[in-house]
Amino acid sequence: MKLRSSLLVLSLLGLGLALLGLLWLDASHPTDAARQQRSARQKLAERLGLTDLSLFMEARYTRHPSQADLHAALQDHPAAFEHFPSGALLPPPAVLTESHAYLAGKTTSPD
Amino acid sequence: MRIWLEKQLHLIDFTLASLARRKSKNIGLLAVYALLVFALASVGLFANALRSEASFVLASSPEVILQRLVAGRHDLIPPGYLEKIGRIRGVQKQEGRLWGYYYDAVVKANYTFMARPAEEIAPGSIAIGATLARLRGLAPGNVISFRAYGGKLFTFRIASLLSPDAELLSADLVLLAEADFRAFFDYPAGHYTDIALSVANPQEVRNIAGKLSQALPDSRPILREEVLRTYQSMFDWREGIMLTILAGAIFAFIILAWEKAAGLSAEERKEIGILKAIGWETGDVIRMKLWEGLLVSLAAFLIGFIAAYIHVFYCGASLLEPVLKGWSVLYPRFTLIPAVDGMQVASLAFFTIFPYCAAVLVPIWRAAITDPDSVMRA
Repeated sequence: MKLRSSLLVLSLLGLGLALLGLLWLDASHPTDAARQQRSARQKLAERLGLTDLSLFMEARYTRHPSQADLHAALQDHPAAFEHFPSGALLPPPAVLTESHAYLAGKTTSPD
Repeated sequence: MRIWLEKQLHLIDFTLASLARRKSKNIGLLAVYALLVFALASVGLFANALRSEASFVLASSPEVILQRLVAGRHDLIPPGYLEKIGRIRGVQKQEGRLWGYYYDAVVKANYTFMARPAEEIAPGSIAIGATLARLRGLAPGNVISFRAYGGKLFTFRIASLLSPDAELLSADLVLLAEADFRAFFDYPAGHYTDIALSVANPQEVRNIAGKLSQALPDSRPILREEVLRTYQSMFDWREGIMLTILAGAIFAFIILAWEKAAGLSAEERKEIGILKAIGWETGDVIRMKLWEGLLVSLAAFLIGFIAAYIHVFYCGASLLEPVLKGWSVLYPRFTLIPAVDGMQVASLAFFTIFPYCAAVLVPIWRAAITDPDSVMRA
């Protein structure tokens, strides 16, 4: 007996939705190998006190963005353009770009 | 209920037959649609997996790192700072760290050198990251020489390789004994690169950072929460950049889908006219077209999303890698642990399925409420 085209397509879509559910389960239950990998990374970060992922090694502020000093982007001279290609993929850390709190009258030393 | 179900199945049968009459056009549309979902989902899944990996792994980084700044630049911590910090209440442990960068002219890559206690690394030997070992063709027991910035040549024996599972963190790492580090970089005695602090009460971290800034005004404390925030914003930005690049493709698709869905072809108008002339109600025509929109967009979403998941988590995101790798000489090999953000999937599904269904419906409704005779003659 030939299957109705509507039933065939609905079954295929149902299969796709079931597969989506399986992917969800796959993501929420990491395999032993994945767990081992994550624990190896965590242990190394803890043992060595690492603060950054080693994704870009061109400059100190791309290798260790969280440790970048306040003048990282101007590392060659004042008002220098940041010129490494990964700078296009990597923003300055939030702590460097957030506006400073209004401190007038609150500081203990003269402004 | 049974009658309603049977009616819907007939409508779907009719819709599929109608789609099959313009087979090549509809298959092309489905392919482009699925490809767009694939590209958007790949970027989203990759950024989300990196973001969650960074937050898991860097949760073990030091609670506070203290840098010293001179003229706005990171400078060495002079002797006496560790003792001053020790007097601040709430600081559980303080450790002077020694680390720095070395440019290897042989492979034109930067390494991160880090000193470890002598009981961990014997003087004269080093432990290196797996990426670096692969790049330089090194194995435990081999010997490697580096020319120090002072011009002197230093030779080290490779004692061990760092776990390849942790390449994402250790691609360029070179661990060496403290004495070797000081000799290699000609570091002044008693000076450190920065200080890592542990705080007894996690609630007190901000207060302690304030006390540190007061006690050592030239210092800059970096909190763990700032490190984590940096990585959150970094991958948000990266995702944003990729989506901006993809924006051109998205707009091209919107035009294609609008053209296909909103502009009814003469053939489709004729079809609607005939259906109405033989007794179909306006509601039936709209229901049929709604099924068409739903079937096409849901199929495209499922194909695109499932393919993106397999691409990112089981094929190493090979299509995205060149973008991320950029000019890197040293790029770690790493597999990402699957992480799916429900909100992300729901918004992707909504923005891919809903607009297409809406775009299909509007012109059909307009055509379906007009007189069949005028629709057929138009």
